[in-house]
Formats: sequence, structure tokens, C-alpha cells
Amino acid sequence: MTRYTLYIAVALWLAILAGLKLLVRPPMPASVLMIYMTLSTLGILVFVAANEERFGNFIAPLRAVFEGRAPRLVQVLVLAGIPLLLAWGAWLRTAPSSDAPFEPRVVHPEPPASFALHGRRIETAGLKNPLRVPDAAQLEKNTAEGKVIYYRNCFFCHGDTLRGDGHFSGAFSPIPANFRDVGTISMLQESFVFWRVSTGGLGLPRSATPWNSAMPVWQTMLTEEEIWKAILYIYAGSGSTPRTWEEEPKK
Amino acid sequence: MARAIATSAFQALKGTYKGVVKISVLLVLTYLIAQGLNSFLPAADYRSALGLPNRVAVWAVAELHLMFAAFVLGVPIFALITEIIGVATREKRYDDLAREFTKLLAMAYTLTAVLGCVLLVLFIVLYPKFTGILSKIFKPTWIAYIVLIFGEVIVAYLYWYTWSLLQGVRKKWHLLLGLLVNLWGTALLFVADAWVTFMMSPAGIDDANNLVSLWGVIHNHTWMPINIHRLLANVAFGGAIVAAYAAVRFLNAKTDEERARFDWMGYVGSFIAIAAFIPLPFAGYWLGREIYQFSEQMGVSMMGGSFAWLWILQAMLIGSLFLASNFYLWLGMGRIPGAERYTKFQIGMMIVLTIGFIVWATPRSIIATGTEMSAMGGSHHPFLGLFGVMAAKNTAVNLMILTTFFSFMLYRRGNRIPIVPWAVAGKALQALAIAAAAAVVLGYGVYSYFVPSITRIGFSVYQVSAVLTSMALFVAIDIPLLKGAREIGAIRWGHIPARAQYALFFLAVSFTWLMGLMGYIRSGIRQHWHVYGRVMDESANAYTMAHGQATIIVSCIVVVFFLLVSVVFWLAARGGEPAESPAGEASAAKAAGSAA
Ligand code: HEC
Repeated sequence: MTRYTLYIAVALWLAILAGLKLLVRPPMPASVLMIYMTLSTLGILVFVAANEERFGNFIAPLRAVFEGRAPRLVQVLVLAGIPLLLAWGAWLRTAPSSDAPFEPRVVHPEPPASFALHGRRIETAGLKNPLRVPDAAQLEKNTAEGKVIYYRNCFFCHGDTLRGDGHFSGAFSPIPANFRDVGTISMLQESFVFWRVSTGGLGLPRSATPWNSAMPVWQTMLTEEEIWKAILYIYAGSGSTPRTWEEEPKK
Repeated sequence: MARAIATSAFQALKGTYKGVVKISVLLVLTYLIAQGLNSFLPAADYRSALGLPNRVAVWAVAELHLMFAAFVLGVPIFALITEIIGVATREKRYDDLAREFTKLLAMAYTLTAVLGCVLLVLFIVLYPKFTGILSKIFKPTWIAYIVLIFGEVIVAYLYWYTWSLLQGVRKKWHLLLGLLVNLWGTALLFVADAWVTFMMSPAGIDDANNLVSLWGVIHNHTWMPINIHRLLANVAFGGAIVAAYAAVRFLNAKTDEERARFDWMGYVGSFIAIAAFIPLPFAGYWLGREIYQFSEQMGVSMMGGSFAWLWILQAMLIGSLFLASNFYLWLGMGRIPGAERYTKFQIGMMIVLTIGFIVWATPRSIIATGTEMSAMGGSHHPFLGLFGVMAAKNTAVNLMILTTFFSFMLYRRGNRIPIVPWAVAGKALQALAIAAAAAVVLGYGVYSYFVPSITRIGFSVYQVSAVLTSMALFVAIDIPLLKGAREIGAIRWGHIPARAQYALFFLAVSFTWLMGLMGYIRSGIRQHWHVYGRVMDESANAYTMAHGQATIIVSCIVVVFFLLVSVVFWLAARGGEPAESPAGEASAAKAAGSAA
């Protein structure tokens, strides 16, 4: 068994690569694959090197090749293989592709301190949903009205199941937000969402590439109250709750 | 006898006196230079000197000052801990080690003070308006700070000079001095933190920036978290620097005795570094939460906005620290007879560490090309998105901490076989404690995807408590369990491959790098503000740099720091008493086994 340490390590590495490439659907972006493979490589190498005996077994076949003790054929294969692999890597990096260039986009930029709404200035700090009332019946009524607003306005893009897969969604890049994803509204405060819905894609700062977003500026079509109601519904409908800090006991 | 004591006490006072004079001269000089330049130069809100960009100049000097300050605060903590261990175990080599590092302090204090003075002059000269505002608000703390500096210098010099005087029955007085050095140092840190944190999360002033409550100014949102975070980090940093020094000496060692001694020294340094490193992520989490609570905008720009990608670098460094620590411990087990019994656990532990690392390093906003983006359906990968959020990262880091702790415990047990009658039950209980903590961490980690964020944040507290409790329980069982244990063989100090020493060096570099990087983020999230939301930065340097540029500056600072530290070590090795007293070496060489 110990004679095969090197081969086991290589096989494991290839297995991880194949697993990540073939089993993860949709395919993960090359940048993430790169991170994952770098870390897997590191893990394997550190593990091998963390024990003298294991390390010795690992490098024994390499030693044999580089010290000229291995069979001639193996030596030739290794010595020719390394430059070939490198050349292949270089080719992959430089080969022309028709892919659109990568455009970094900050999905959740920092909200502004204040923004204009129907000609008024709204301060983001401490902004709360006035319709999220403690009275359960009233809250339910507000949410139900929000649902109607959602289906009249948002549904076409954000979808029936709030997964961002409405009828139009395929036409946009970036696609409409998936409200059931833990990385969207459930980790945002309602004030943030209110800002996003009121000012739409155009209200985004430059780092979030406002020119790409199809999200409409809803304050031109909805009243302030309607926006808050729609927000109540997207949380309720997706089974999530807004991020809050206030309820925590103050130290 | 009495005569000898008198001379040695006199010596101690003389040395201390010299230190005080040195600091006084430095402070007076700084004051004169700053005042002179200020009245000589034309009045302005911002000035620039020697064509240097103001920001980079202040940044580099401030960061170097901070690193040295961390060094002079971390080393006494390290020294006191090892000195106490020395008293407890009655092993002289611990006392020698503590002493050897205390010797560096005088030199390091001077460098820290010089850097601090340069920083002050830079502030007054380059940022006169901002400095004016801050010094108005913080006036009383300046005086406290100067008093503290003198106090610190006096006790630190006394601590060093009375080392041989206060031995034997008088040792407790020396330990008291050591404690005082650290209390004083901590007080200094807390005062300086008030200035820094006020700039991030101002409080205690009215709309026109007039002082309302000094305590309010000091006790702002981020003050305590930064205090704790820095204190822990200083201990880790001090230990890591000691370990790196030992590693360099080990690699250059000519004899087996030397190798044994420096191997042991590296072990002690890394032990303290890793022990302090383990709770650090918790402190960092608290700090992050306070930042969010102070200003969501600042929190978002830190974690999700412009600075998000720097956290990937941070994750890479911290993950590597975990890997390097375990790597070092496992290699170290190679010199412990009997430790081969535990080699079999390594594969499982490495799997946990690697997967944890992968989760920890998964970016929240993924870089993807157009085609990849449309294949994923947005910039969020439905599957990877699960790893990008805090809940996953907390789970990962808790498991990594637990694993590293387990490595430590196996190392400790390496050459010992417990002989107490309840050994089997005890070991089973320990295994149970670890398994239970892992289950709690994983369970809450998964569960947290199904609950609102407010509850989710509470979960991280459960996870942390589970890990801490299981570690405490494990140690509480371990101590009686190994009492009088049968030894398989003595630790063969010095018999460790060179690559383990590189891991130690890597530890120190990574710590320093992390400090520089995190310091940049902490300071950078203020963006175009001197004092967040209160005093705007109106200079041409108010923009946020490209990450590449900023990280290069951080890296340069780290390199300069290591060069300066080498100078300190080199000077200390040249002058003064010989560091390696023959007695120390002999005891290190023969006193193998019992240290772990
Ligand atoms: C024309 C299609 C379209 C319609 C209609 C639409 N959205 Fe959007 N929405 C988008 C797109 C595209 C994005 C993602 C890009 C972005 O963040 O700007 C988005 C993003 C969002 C976000 C940001 C989520 C996040 O994680 O940052 C919220 C909140 C949101 N929409 C709410 C709504 C609400 C509420 C409505 C109805 C009142 C609505 N949207 C209607 C296209 C649409």
C-alpha cells in the first residue's frame, strides 16, 4: 500500500477534479473551481508532507525518476510530460474564446445614507417597515394586499414561486433576484430592500453596474405604502424574514 | 550578600532611569519638531511632504508602529506566561526563555516610540485640520497616555533589570512586576484603541463635533471588541514571532544541543500563538457584529461591498494558518515516541480541515463570465451560494478550531499511556465531548438555513459555546487522566524535519500579513471619512484604492517590519548578556520528555 502513496494522491486529486466538474450542476465558474482545486491540492500535499514516512513514500517514485533509477520509458514519459502539461496550460489560457469578458458586479452594494422618494429625502438608517405591525390580523391583511401588488407588478420577472424565474427572466442578465436564495432578501434589512425597490436598477451605485439591471424604478409606479406591502409579501411568500439587529439585547 | 543585592538593585534603578531619560528626550524632541514645523509651514487643511502621498506615508508608519506595539505588548505577555510555567514546573529553561525575550524589549520599545513619534509628527504636519479636531476631543486622554507610557517604561525596565535579583523566594515580586508590565501595556492599548475606534464609530459628540461625554467618546460601539481582538492577536503575534525566531535559529544551528533548544523554543512559541489564535475568530465575529450595529452601510461595504474580496484573501491566510498549525503538530509528533499511535486520525482531520477551508474561502459574490453566469442563472450559484453565507463559514471555522484543538491534545498525549483505572471511561467521555460539539456545530449550521436571521445570529453563540465547553471538558478530563501516566519514551527535541520550521516561519509572516490586511479593511471601510459620518476627508487621497494597490502596500509594510525585527534580534544577540547560558542549554538538551 505505502508504495502507492504518490499514485493514490494523484488519483484522489483527479477524482476531486472530476467530481467538482461533473457532479456540481449548474457547472461552477472557473474562478471557484480554481480556488477549490488549489485548496484540495494544498490539503493533499500538506497531509503527505506532515509525516516523515508518508513523505518518503510519496517522493520515492519521483526520486527514482529524477535520479535515473526508474525504467527508461517512465523517465521519458515524465520528463516529456511536464513541459507538455505546462504547454497545454498555456494554450488553455491564451486560446481565443467568444465568451463575453468578465464584468465584476457587486450584487449587494452599500446603500446610500439617504435617497429621494417622491420628492422627499428618506434616511436609510433606522428605516423600518411601517406596515409590519404587531397586530397579526392587520399584518395578514397588509401581506395579502402585498401579494396582489406582487402579482400585478413583480411576478413577471421574479416568478410565481419567487425564485426569480418569471416569464421574462430569461431575457435579463443579471437575472431577477431569487427571493428564496439565502443570499438575497433573507440576509438584507427591510430598509435595504425598500431602497432597492424604490430606486430600482438605476438607483444602484456604479460598482453594481446600474446599466445592466432590469429592475424597474418602482417609485414611479407605486406609492410608498404599496412598496412596503409588496416587501411584506416577498418575505412572507418566500418563507423568509428580514435581517434585523434591533431586537437584540443591548450591551 | 547584602552588598551584592544593593549593587544589583542600584543597577536596576540606573537602567530604568536611562530608559526614562530616553523616552523623555524623544517626547520633547517630537513636541519641538512638530510645533516648529507647524508654525514654520503655511497654514493649510492638508499638506504634503517630500512629494510623498500623505496617505501612504501615514499608513506605512502607523502600521509599522502598530506592529511594533503589538510586539512590545505581545512579548511581555508571552514572557510572563512562560515565566509562570517556569515557576510551576520548576524548569529553568522556561525562565531563561522568558528572559531572553524580555531582553528584546528595550530595543523594541525604542523603535516603537520612535515610530510613534514620527507618526505624530506626520499627523500634525500632513493632516493639521483633522489632527486639530481629534486632539480637541481627546485632550484628556493624551495626558493619560503620556503618564501610561512613562509607567510602562519604568515597570518594563525594572522587570528586565531585576530578573536575577528577584529569584528564589523573591520570584513572586518579579511575577508581580511582569503582571504590572502587562496591565500597563493593556491600558495603553485601550487608550490608543479609543482614538482609532472613535474614527470608525464616533459617539459622545454633538452635531457640531463638540465633546459631550468623554466616556461616550471612548466607549463607542467598536471600542471593546477591538480591545479584545487586539489583545488576543497580540498574544498570538508575540508567540508567533518567538516561534519564527526559533525556527530561523534552528535552521542555522550547528550542534544537536542548539537544535534541541530551538526546536523546543519554537514549540513553546507556537503553542502560545495557536492557543491565542483559537478564540480570535470569535472576537472578530463580535467586532463585525458591532460594526453592522453601528452602521449597516459600513457593515455591508465591509462584508458584501467594495471590501468583500479582501475577505477571500483573509480566508486564504486564516485557512493556511490552520493547515500550517496542524502540519507543524503532526510533524512534531514524529519526534515523540508513541505518537505514531495517533497517525491514523490524520486523514480524517485533514479531510475536515480541507473541506472547512473550502467552505471558508467560498466567495459570496462569485466571479463568472457571461456564459457561466447564464448557466448558473444569475451571479448566485444555487449550490455554492449555500457556502457563501456567514452561517456556513461559522460552521466551518468552528469545526476547524475543534480539529486543531484535537491535534494539540493528541500531541500532548503523544508519549504517554494513562494508568488511572478509569482511563477507558475517561477517553470515551473525551471522544463524546468532541463528537457532541461537532454535532451541535453541524446541526445548528444546517438548521440555520431554515430560520430568520435574528435567530441565526443566536446560533453562532451556541456553536461557539459548544466548542468552548467541549474543549474545557476535554482538558478537565485530560489533566487527571495523564497524571502519573507511563511514558513510552522521551521527546527527541531537535529531531524534526526542516520543513516544520518553515511552517513556523510561515505562521509569523501570515499573522503579520493578516494584521496589515485586516487593519487596512478596518480603516478603509471609513471610505472618504476621517471620522465616519462626521469629519470628511477632503484631500485628494480620499478615494478607495484598487485592491491590488492596497495589498501591495500592505505586503511592503510586512517586509519592512520583518527587516526591522531582524535588526532588533540581531542587536540583542550582539550586545548584553549571552543569550544562551550554558545551564539553559544543558537543561534543554536533557530535560526532553516532560515539556509537552
Ligand atoms: C423587469 C423585470 C423586473 C420586475 C418587474 C421586478 N424586478 Fe425586481 N429585479 C429584477 C432584476 C433583473 C433584479 C436583479 C438585478 C438587480 O439587483 O438590480 C431584481 C432585483 C430585485 C431585488 C434585489 C434583491 C437583492 O438581493 O438585492 C428586489 C428586492 C426586487 N428585485 C424586488 C422587486 C419587487 C418588489 C418587484 C415588484 C414591485 C420587482 N422586483 C419587480 C427585475 C425585475
